[in-house]
Amino acid sequence: MIVAEQKSLDEIKSLIGTSDNILVVGCGTCVTVCFAGGSREAAILSSSLRMSSKLDGVSRNVADVTVQRQCEWEYLDAISDQISEVDIVLSLGCGIGVQAIAEHFPNTWVVPGLNTTFLGLPTEQGVWAERCAACGDCVLGLTGGICPIARCSKSLLNGPCGGSEDGHCEISPETDCAWQLIYDRLESMDKLEVLMDLQTPKNWQTSRDGGPRKIVREDLRLASEQE
Amino acid sequence: MTTNPSDNGYLAGSTLERVLRAGHFAVTGELGPPQSADREIIGKKAAMLMGYCDAVNITDNQTAIVRMSSIGAGALVVQEGLEPVIQMTCRDRNRLAIQSDLLGAYALGMRNLLCLSGDHQSFGNHPTSKNVFDIDSVQQIQMVADMRDEAIFQCGDKMKGQEPRFFIGAAAAPFADPLDFRPYRLGKKAKAGADFIQTQLIYDLEAFKVFMEKVRDLGVHEETYILAGVGPLKSPGMARYMKNNVPGILIPDEMITRMTQAGAPWKDIPKDELTKEDKKARSSAWKETGIQICIELIQELQEIEGVAGVHIMAIEWEAAVKPIVEGAGLYPRPVVSEQPA
Repeated sequence: MIVAEQKSLDEIKSLIGTSDNILVVGCGTCVTVCFAGGSREAAILSSSLRMSSKLDGVSRNVADVTVQRQCEWEYLDAISDQISEVDIVLSLGCGIGVQAIAEHFPNTWVVPGLNTTFLGLPTEQGVWAERCAACGDCVLGLTGGICPIARCSKSLLNGPCGGSEDGHCEISPETDCAWQLIYDRLESMDKLEVLMDLQTPKNWQTSRDGGPRKIVREDLRLASEQE
Repeated sequence: MTTNPSDNGYLAGSTLERVLRAGHFAVTGELGPPQSADREIIGKKAAMLMGYCDAVNITDNQTAIVRMSSIGAGALVVQEGLEPVIQMTCRDRNRLAIQSDLLGAYALGMRNLLCLSGDHQSFGNHPTSKNVFDIDSVQQIQMVADMRDEAIFQCGDKMKGQEPRFFIGAAAAPFADPLDFRPYRLGKKAKAGADFIQTQLIYDLEAFKVFMEKVRDLGVHEETYILAGVGPLKSPGMARYMKNNVPGILIPDEMITRMTQAGAPWKDIPKDELTKEDKKARSSAWKETGIQICIELIQELQEIEGVAGVHIMAIEWEAAVKPIVEGAGLYPRPVVSEQPA
């Protein structure tokens, strides 16, 4: 899932500026699961903004609504009336949600309430960790299902650098060494020989380095046109 | 210097390559460029190393701290008459920049290269910067070997004109984790095209002997020249710091005890009563012992099969190289002929 965390109230207030009518829009998918921008967080943030406005001596209307997914037009259509009535939308979606609102409502000013952090999973209650860098050319088949692109600090493809110690990365004792994890897994599955091959330079064109990415599925496009 | 080293039987024709090919025990040193544009500093450090090393590594923004570029400082070192080993990390440059910088480095007279992934920028003085890591060190080795041996760029395009002919080096960390993989990782670097290897600092000879035994079992010592990394300890504090904080450095307790004992005459003086002179004398005593330990390490390393030389890392203490090389009986450095034996 996409993992995000809320910006500080101070930053959010500065993004909102002097707007009087504010709509906080939560998202019911990834950011709900990571407790950053679902209906609960949208309601709490709205009331925090109301209270803080009152303390600042400012009169403001703050309402909130949560859609199933901010990244699909049909869910945004459902709140178009509410959006048209406000000065500003504070999106608690990921960066995709914020942009979807901007794209779908050209006359609406939208600001982000979250920092979109990574693609990952909850490793335990209250802890999320990055797992995928969306490089567009998956190498997990070579590394025992553990991604060195996302999880090695240097995205190395031919094994660990000299900074691996006691299972952690040199950058921090809190960071696992991805190559130690890869090594241990391949060893346990008797597949260490995979590591002896020289991996040639990666094609980063499929990653962000190739420019903004797009997928066109002609099979699906034609099907929808035929409807 | 030869005009076309490809015709003389050497890969690059550097002094380092010639010394190793002739079967001499090689000595490389390290010259850290300044955090400024002062060329005088390069001249001063070069003068301390001249004659005592076959070549000196010029670090590339080491520990991710901005310094004069390795190639810029390397060009100055060439002018001083000392042979550089250009260090090139994958942290700050993509494959375009690495290749283009190396064309320039060759044209400026540099002949040795050390391929590194590079310290992560979070350690340095620009921790908020973006890193590159387009390729890794193994891929860099393969790329520069192809540039030299096939005269092609990484993309496969044929080079039009002189190819850069470097004597290609790589690093090895014998005691980093996962420990069992380290000899194989070294083997991968040799397979990718590394002509020589410089290891992380070795203080624990017994552990290094175990590593070298595995390296020999794999036959890697016959594919590449292995230079063991050594460095003089400055104080017991430095030794303890490295032991506890630097990944992949093992320092036996006896060695730390020996360093501590070197400062014994001052140990009963309360800290606030130590005069400047006391501190200076104690520091000299520590340094003398550090140099002596380093000399003994080199002498023992020479006895290990598959160790082709030493890489002396006397960081910000270039003056230590002379007594170490002399003390280890490795001075004067051999003069090797233009043609391979």
